Amino acid sequence: MKNDFRARSHPAYWAFIVHRVSGLLLSLFLPLHFWALGQALQGEAGLESFLRWTDRPLLKFAETAVVVLLAMHMAGGVRLLMLEFMAWRDWQKSLLAVAAGVSLAAGLAFLLNIV
Amino acid sequence: MSTLSVKVWRGTESGHYQEFEVPRLESQTVLDVVTYIQRSLDPTLSYRFACRVGMCGSCAMTVNGKARWTCRTHVSKVAENDCIEIAPLHNLPVVKDLVTDMQPFFDKWAQAQGRFQGNKTRKDDFERVQPESRERTLVDAGIECIGCGVCYSSCDVVAWNPDYLGPAALNRAWTLVNDVRDTGNKTRLAAVAGDAGCHACHTHMSCTERCPKQLSPTAGIAGLKRAVLTAALKGEL
Repeated sequence: MKNDFRARSHPAYWAFIVHRVSGLLLSLFLPLHFWALGQALQGEAGLESFLRWTDRPLLKFAETAVVVLLAMHMAGGVRLLMLEFMAWRDWQKSLLAVAAGVSLAAGLAFLLNIV
Repeated sequence: MSTLSVKVWRGTESGHYQEFEVPRLESQTVLDVVTYIQRSLDPTLSYRFACRVGMCGSCAMTVNGKARWTCRTHVSKVAENDCIEIAPLHNLPVVKDLVTDMQPFFDKWAQAQGRFQGNKTRKDDFERVQPESRERTLVDAGIECIGCGVCYSSCDVVAWNPDYLGPAALNRAWTLVNDVRDTGNKTRLAAVAGDAGCHACHTHMSCTERCPKQLSPTAGIAGLKRAVLTAALKGEL
């Protein structure tokens, strides 16, 4: 017999899901990122017109989501490195909360910058 | 008298939940409920227990989806709308009803070199280990495991990779790695360094979350990862 969601409903498992899903979504975004940078190869105007196109509110909203995803993946990754390479600490759940807080703060800072 | 609606797994790997109505009593444990069913309602129900006080680790089952010691779990703590669901431990072969075959679990302790290996005889003097020493403190943090299988049953990596040694066996290996009297660490680190060893852990921390003794196998597994890395850098692996 296998575990279902009831066995998995605890903060460290949610952190695993967030880390895994943010990583997968970022890997989907990465080709788009390189394609956008590749526009510069056709000259400054090509990249510039693409960047102006991304100034639309909906795209800025999507960009904020990417920033939050990046922050979540990084904060989660730092947490894992601390967990594996530093001495064990009993406040692992607080570390999770700090990682979540840092991610949210990064997203808010980005939003404040563009609004 | 109020009653409790209890769904109990019947069968082996394939089977179904059978419903029973059990009188609700004060300070009733889940093990009391299972015992009542077997003694008063259906004597064909199979389950396993011994000490009833959280020392032997044989009564672990899955209660409302989470692995627990049934003897130390009060019904009031887990019942939802006066209902509980009781299943055998997950990730282990089911012998019958609530009884699992623990052999794969204990075989992995042996695979992880969970046996103490010393080089002294009874003619030698006692080894002197300071209780405050770093190694002994690390051993103390993991030594109280009684082998109930709750962590193994809660671990998703065990379900994904059936060869994975699992939290309990790795925790045992970690206590021996820190035992200054032990002489088997070279083979032990090699045994836990493979694909099915400490590096397979995804740090879900379900073992740490569910351990009834509040141990943290995740901490031991992280320690093993560091020990394996150090040994590899020194060329000892």
